[in-house]
Amino acid sequence: MINEIISMNGYGAYVWSAFSFTLISFAVLYTVIKIQLVKEQRKIKQKFAILNYKKIKIAKTQNIYREILDNTSISKI
Amino acid sequence: MLNFFEPNRIFAITSKAPKYVFFIFILVLIIGLVEALVISPEDYIQSHSVRIMYVHVPAAWISIGIFSIISILSFGILLLKIKNFSLVAKSLAPSGLVFNIIALVTGSIWGKPTWGTWWAWDARITSMLILLLFYLIYILAWRIFENTNQVNKITSFIAILGLINVPIIKFSVDWWSTLHQPASINLLSETSIHSSMLIPLSIMTAAFTLFALLIFLMKYNTELIKIKNKGLDRL
Repeated sequence: MINEIISMNGYGAYVWSAFSFTLISFAVLYTVIKIQLVKEQRKIKQKFAILNYKKIKIAKTQNIYREILDNTSISKI
Repeated sequence: MLNFFEPNRIFAITSKAPKYVFFIFILVLIIGLVEALVISPEDYIQSHSVRIMYVHVPAAWISIGIFSIISILSFGILLLKIKNFSLVAKSLAPSGLVFNIIALVTGSIWGKPTWGTWWAWDARITSMLILLLFYLIYILAWRIFENTNQVNKITSFIAILGLINVPIIKFSVDWWSTLHQPASINLLSETSIHSSMLIPLSIMTAAFTLFALLIFLMKYNTELIKIKNKGLDRL
């Protein structure tokens, strides 16, 4: 049964390489986009860390900043 | 209505959605892979090589679909001046490009046992390669140009120009004599594919759509945070 699934009547190499290529492409794209996202989240967190109280107050009046910080996987302010 | 497209409003949803989409994607993908690789029957002519269809066809459909959406959004950017559309279009492009590459590579792998060649300058394959070039130019334009107005206009123009290629891809198998087979699934007429193959194909299409949605959401959030990062500099 397992041998049949692997060899697929001699077409196994083609079928498995097509599926492997697809899944590897998915993994690479997901990793690249995730790295970019985390990088930007880290940047915004670092910027918030050096802002003074007054500027933080101004920034936090915008809901989107609160959302970004709440959903930052690396930290929650 | 157009206020709904305001990034500040959407971000509350897009920032939370990826984890749920990821979970559903993994679930659907596992079911799809079992259906495609184990349960679905082999073809009486192509034997097991027909299973490549379950990754090749959804990838091709989604890459064409994404480019069509980018082109339609580009009309919105140029005519209605909705700036968030450019952010949405930009965020859709990476997954569209990867699906296009997957369609070409898996098509090439499928071509070897079926046609006896990895590549042919066939109308369908060539037009898909042209679509890949449009995707590359589109993404490169976002990287090259920095002025917001200029980049919005240039990328929109590229996407609208690329839209001409979409019906060529669709009808290439009818207009020219090609190695590539005509469409087996037609929304307007009866489908010539058996349900035992249509079900895994539909599940894999759903899985690929969820993956495209996941990447879009993550990229959209990245772009939005990038803009907000610049906003902090101006405080």
